[in-house]
Amino acid sequence: MTQSNLLASIANELRGIGHRMIERTWRLGVGARLFALAIIYSGESFKRFHLTLREIYFTGVMSLLIIVVSAFFVGMVLALQGYNTLQKYGSSEAIGVLVALALVRELGPVVTALLFAGRAGTAITAEIGLMKATEQLSAMEMMAVNPIARVIAPRFWAGVISMPILASIFSMVGILGGYLVAVPLIGVDDGAFWSQMQANVDFRLDIVNGLIKSFVFGVACTMIALFEGFDAPPTAEGVSRATTRTVVISSLTVLALDFVLTSFMMVV
Amino acid sequence: MDRTTIDLWVGIFVALGFAALLGLAMKVGNLTSSKIGPTYSVTAAFENVGSLKPNAPVKSAGVVVGRVESIVFNSADYEAVVTIKIDKRYAFPADTFANIYTAGLLGEQYVGLEAGGDEVVLKNGDKIAKTQDAIVLEKMISQFLFSKASETDAKSEAKATAPSAVTNELKGGKSTEIGDVAF
Repeated sequence: MTQSNLLASIANELRGIGHRMIERTWRLGVGARLFALAIIYSGESFKRFHLTLREIYFTGVMSLLIIVVSAFFVGMVLALQGYNTLQKYGSSEAIGVLVALALVRELGPVVTALLFAGRAGTAITAEIGLMKATEQLSAMEMMAVNPIARVIAPRFWAGVISMPILASIFSMVGILGGYLVAVPLIGVDDGAFWSQMQANVDFRLDIVNGLIKSFVFGVACTMIALFEGFDAPPTAEGVSRATTRTVVISSLTVLALDFVLTSFMMVV
Repeated sequence: MDRTTIDLWVGIFVALGFAALLGLAMKVGNLTSSKIGPTYSVTAAFENVGSLKPNAPVKSAGVVVGRVESIVFNSADYEAVVTIKIDKRYAFPADTFANIYTAGLLGEQYVGLEAGGDEVVLKNGDKIAKTQDAIVLEKMISQFLFSKASETDAKSEAKATAPSAVTNELKGGKSTEIGDVAF
């Protein structure tokens, strides 16, 4: 009797795991379909390009302040910490290389994507979730306006275009922040700072790879934000949960993707 | 918000992005510094290239005159064939010496060219005959230890044979032998 009870409870647990697994896979499929639809209807949405420009303004231009300020501080703290270790080995001139490589290869794309998910991704999810809750999307369909072409695709392309631009600005401002700490504050030689940087940062291997990374993060973050908003239950609680999930899933996806991309880009 | 204002801001945003990218490429990256004009390539065979890598600098008198293009192993004579590209502006005599040096104590390795005195200059596809391999630290240390060991051997041998030489002399042997034995 107790044995069959035990078996039943184990079977129940397994059923729960299976159910969750199927649900996740199903959601992934719905997300992939939304992604495909966004690509398919982007031609239609580009006919009204001012919609995309408007979204670039809200996701990209409005994120500029947080990106610039945090890049500046990240660069400054990198220079300070790097100097601390490098001067032990008598090579404090290499501080420029350290700051530039860390920013261009990793921190620029990754921190920008994390900030973007928090600043713009949440806004996209909340906006689309509320549009759905107030039945604006259904109203569009009633008026024979395709909500994918009108709402989803412009936001998708805005995110994808904004992210590499924001990441480049992040890297450049971060390097300027590092310069400010290293040269006037610590007293590293100005010429050595830039010349060592130029000798060790490769355009193709470091800068272009950083751009590719930020482009991939742009696709991932924007798509996650759009899907969570589109898929949110049309209630206040549902939208709030979807917004939280956007940040969590985007952050984890960015960090995992970063590892995968880096391991592919590494030249052995 | 007004559409023209949004357009303006997006334009500024995109321009800023391009400016940052340009700054990264020009000021931070090596797009300007690695640019060398038209080149000609020559090859050089080394028995050991150490940790020389493609795209390593080729220097003459400390000035970068070219880059290493490729390094391949030649199984016919078990040598590494290094192809280097040299800027067309610089001509080198045919008997130029190619060495593999290390920048600093632990730095990267580069090819150093030392000009010879030949009238004929190197052309595209030529081979540099005179090369010197990279220094392998273990080899150098073992050579040093070996020479030290043989030195001490020679000394102790000399000590061991010296008394017998003296006794030989005392016995009336040929005195010229002493000079041969001493070292």
